[in-house]
Amino acid sequence: MATIEVRAAEDANRKQRRRNLSPGRIAAWVVLFAFLLLSLFPFYWMIRTAFSTTRSLPSDPTSLLPVDFTWGAFQRVLGLGTQAQAIAEGGSGASVNFWLYLRNSVIYATAVTVGQVFFCSLAAYAFARLRWPGRNAVFGLFLGALLVPPIFTSLPNFILIKNLGLLNSLPGMILPSFLMAPFAIFFLRQFFLGINREIEEAASIDGAGPWRVFFRIILPMSTAPITTLAILTFIGTWNDYFWPLLVGNTDATKVLTVALGVFRSQTPAGSPDWAGLMAATLVTALPVLILFFAFARKIIDSIGYSGSK
Amino acid sequence: MSANTIDKPAAVRRRPRSESSQTGGRSELKIALVFIAPALVGFLAFFVYPTIRGFYFSLTQYNLLGTPKFIGLDNFVKIGKDPLFWNAMGVTIEYVLLNIGFQTVIALLLASLMQRLTQSTLLRGALLLPWLISNVIAAMLWFWLLDYQIGLANVAMEWLGLPKVAFFANEFWAIPTMAFVNVWRHMGYTALLIYAGMQTIPKYVYEAASIDGSSEWNSFWRMTMPLLRPVLAMILVITVTGSFQIFDTVAVTTRGGPVNVTRVMQYYIYQKAFGEGQFGYGSALSVVLFAILAVLAAVQLRLLRAGESDLA
Repeated sequence: MATIEVRAAEDANRKQRRRNLSPGRIAAWVVLFAFLLLSLFPFYWMIRTAFSTTRSLPSDPTSLLPVDFTWGAFQRVLGLGTQAQAIAEGGSGASVNFWLYLRNSVIYATAVTVGQVFFCSLAAYAFARLRWPGRNAVFGLFLGALLVPPIFTSLPNFILIKNLGLLNSLPGMILPSFLMAPFAIFFLRQFFLGINREIEEAASIDGAGPWRVFFRIILPMSTAPITTLAILTFIGTWNDYFWPLLVGNTDATKVLTVALGVFRSQTPAGSPDWAGLMAATLVTALPVLILFFAFARKIIDSIGYSGSK
Repeated sequence: MSANTIDKPAAVRRRPRSESSQTGGRSELKIALVFIAPALVGFLAFFVYPTIRGFYFSLTQYNLLGTPKFIGLDNFVKIGKDPLFWNAMGVTIEYVLLNIGFQTVIALLLASLMQRLTQSTLLRGALLLPWLISNVIAAMLWFWLLDYQIGLANVAMEWLGLPKVAFFANEFWAIPTMAFVNVWRHMGYTALLIYAGMQTIPKYVYEAASIDGSSEWNSFWRMTMPLLRPVLAMILVITVTGSFQIFDTVAVTTRGGPVNVTRVMQYYIYQKAFGEGQFGYGSALSVVLFAILAVLAAVQLRLLRAGESDLA
């Protein structure tokens, strides 16, 4: 009932607003749409270029449609076309090991996400619910790690990974973020604190230990924030560049972002293979874009509101 | 992503409820240790240990092959006299000022517009899109759009009768271009953070203001801005810290050129430590960067009195 009234009030409000379509309001909409266009248009241009033929691009640089439409750029990136065809369309003809880089990116992002989210949810539970001396002090220390800039720890971590003999290996890339990330613990602890205690206490009275409570009650009740965190972690890791560049810069261990940098420098001097480059960026961005379209509301709502639910 | 920490006050507020008053001091230390063990190992091995080691390496001469040789503060003395360090510092500060300045103003504008005009999730999603793709992709995309020969921007400028600009290769434009690319990637995200902050301002504040006949412009400066201050302070600390660590955009486009004008701090550190094998010197540079960021964060929080809210 109350919600209906609120709805009605909102509708009335909206109608009134629509009536007051003052010049200022129109100008505000125009500005908002200008920024919307600025945000989205480059993506369109990326797609338009990826379906063009590199050699034909200069002939019509402003065409809104692909110039000389072809799937060739994607074939070059995915290693499906022939070398002769690639060169004919303006590619370098060098082979790009796309599937290998894709595999590396998938392994890197998935492993970090799974490990980090799982181990951080364990720790977050201990910080939110278990009673032990020094709990808040340790939590404060963990949060302190947020203040250390990644570049600062990256250099010594590189040495550590090197000493462990894990340089240029996927485990070496994964390990530093596999067990812990201060933000993940903070995020999940916030949520666990908000869960009604009575449910757990009822379970404890029934003789369930902390493990049972955690796996049978807390985790199932937290699928929403855990999914959000997992998506954010996956996207962040997928987009990582600096760390994989340091410890995974061999052909066998390159992830897509690192490989993209190479894709650009590999193209013959003079005119770069723009269509190939845009196809490569598009394919690299695709998994993240799909995740976003599947979980858009979760991701959007998590920004700024995280943990306060 | 760590920008979400702006919710910290909420955590602090909630804590007392779960304090051990009603538990009679029964400690669950053993089980808690099991729960935090993996995270604790990760914390000690990949945060604490490298932090300590980072400071130690900064006092050594170390070329990655032999063992680090202790040389006291020599690296820092050398940094003071290193023209390339000062160049990197200047370039980075120019970048941060441009990036943060434009980004914050645009994000504030977008957040205010969204608050007045629409709650649309679709619109917020669209504005967020650039933030989802990696720095590398954003850089590549703009490298193409701003290409001197056939990039859309230059073709359009030529059509308008303006001179062409080699955005990434021009000594004057290279840094503003980097700043632009990152403003493009982050403006929607920052706007959403600010927008979220604006939702916490109670409606009655605005209603009272409009009854009193305050204009929208006045309301923005007299109400929104002061009440937004704690949120804005956290956002600024996080974006400034991130901005100082610009690397990806430079690394995949100009690599420090033309003639050092885009050799930003983190790229310089990377070149010294990994390109030239001067790992000790690179570590010392990263200590300097760390110190600058810590001081800046403290100053910003103090100036913006982040911990206090005017809504008390």
